Amino acid sequence: MIEASGLTKRYGSTVAVDGLSFTVPPGQVTGFLGPNGAGKSTTMRLILGLDSADAGAVTVNGRPYRQYQRPLFQAGALLEARSFHGGRSAYHHLLCLAAANGIGRNRVAEVLDLVGLDGAARRRAGGFSLGMGQRLGLAAALLGDPPVLILDEPVNGLDPEGVAWIRTLLRSLAAEGRTVLISSHLMSEMENTADRLIIIGRGRLIAQAGMSELLAAGSGSYVKVRSPQAGQLAALLQASGATVSRHDDALAVTGADAGTIGELARTSGIALTELAVQQASLEDRYMELTRDTADYRSAAPVAARK
Amino acid sequence: MRPAVDAATTSRPEHALEVLTAEWHKLRTVRSTWWTLAAVAVSNVVAGAALGIVLPKTLSASQQASHRDPVQLSLIGLHLSQIAIGVLGVLIITSEYTSGMIRASLAAVPQRRLVLAGKAAVLAVAAVLAGLATCYAAWFAFGVFLPAGSPMRMSLSDPGVARAVTGAGLYLAVLALAGLGLGAVLRSSAGAITALFGLLFVPPIIMQLLPSSWQDTVGPYLPMNAAEAVYRVPSAAHFLAPWTGFGVLCGYAAAALAAGFLLITRRDA
Repeated sequence: MIEASGLTKRYGSTVAVDGLSFTVPPGQVTGFLGPNGAGKSTTMRLILGLDSADAGAVTVNGRPYRQYQRPLFQAGALLEARSFHGGRSAYHHLLCLAAANGIGRNRVAEVLDLVGLDGAARRRAGGFSLGMGQRLGLAAALLGDPPVLILDEPVNGLDPEGVAWIRTLLRSLAAEGRTVLISSHLMSEMENTADRLIIIGRGRLIAQAGMSELLAAGSGSYVKVRSPQAGQLAALLQASGATVSRHDDALAVTGADAGTIGELARTSGIALTELAVQQASLEDRYMELTRDTADYRSAAPVAARK
Repeated sequence: MRPAVDAATTSRPEHALEVLTAEWHKLRTVRSTWWTLAAVAVSNVVAGAALGIVLPKTLSASQQASHRDPVQLSLIGLHLSQIAIGVLGVLIITSEYTSGMIRASLAAVPQRRLVLAGKAAVLAVAAVLAGLATCYAAWFAFGVFLPAGSPMRMSLSDPGVARAVTGAGLYLAVLALAGLGLGAVLRSSAGAITALFGLLFVPPIIMQLLPSSWQDTVGPYLPMNAAEAVYRVPSAAHFLAPWTGFGVLCGYAAAALAAGFLLITRRDA
């Protein structure tokens, strides 16, 4: 469990994290989304006590992270930036971290095996590819078999097989009752992996909800209806309080679910040729939520042509 | 859940030992440690041996007899070895910042001062051992090659000789610790190495340009002169007493380390 309340971090005159409050519950994969510069990495550094908050507080399993003496048993973290010395082998890198928390060599061998680095354990980590570096970071996060995992862009640099592997791993870690917080820019990846989302923009909380709840609430979600008596059905739906708009030759209905529409059509003797729930993708929903907060948005192509 | 959490935050004596073990692993598992220590050994011993071979052939007997400090000749390698060991002291901390390892280190041990203390402890042990071993080896190597009856021959029981050789070894260790302190403050390898050797080499040059009264009053307290007091045998008016000089040098290193301890908890990693 991670709990943040009023978390604030300034760098000079820039406010990186601004009064952020959220909860990351156990037993779920929580996705942490936001445009570049929204404060995701800073928030993760604040959780781990690497940066000090200017205001507010964040706890891991009920305590500030810095109070733990063997924190690798409380939370494991994979940070976005490389966090190992290139001159050390993967095995020795992990051994250094393990020793600091009283973790033995057997566990080091176990996590190397778990992330698929057992064959490269004796090689200098400086020669690792981005994906291998990510696996090494993940191995470090798993050393203490912790109840909380904090992973910044974990699929960064992984091949499709690696992405599928990490997705399965994260889902199974959450299924074991662990708290899993992951940040990612890849919407489709997040949609497949996360149960819950925390969306931030310019350091502020934009949304915090379960995935399905969040998607259903978006303006991009509607019920698509086709009927030979479309005009009559539209009038009935509007009378019942739903919003109806023309979408090519179909109706786009919001404010009434598919069951209600079907029932209304049946009792009114209106034939339906199509009744389909159209759910917005996470990407659409994310764009909708962060439209006003993206710091580094590319100019629209039209503007670029001028 | 609470009892487990309490156990996790209660201070345990093993904690310091775990951190010390981790820092020892870090020190011995990077090549730079072995390269710099090898450079210390080679420059001390080879330079001592070389002068032991060359000087008897190039200096006349009277020149040899009149040399004021043959111990310092045997320790001529200090000119290079001090740089190597200073670099080791700096790198032990700055390599963590430049590589990003510091984030993993502090995530594993959030008690930052304990991390720095652990580094200081393992560095002190390694540098004292390396400093003493290589300075004594240099002194012996110099003596071994001197011809029998050379006026530059000396014994460890001669006044000041054992103190000077021991002092040279300890000087190297203190310099390494000063490097660690500056590294913790500056967090950049190039910056800390420049600062360390700038503070060592530049003040004596500036002092040359100042009035002689300054040279006599302030001069002995400059880091380089304070260090030389402990590894030179003859006493001289413009040098502090040997262990006083060493104490002053320790004071500089302690100041650098204290600044490091102060800043490491105040700054973001």
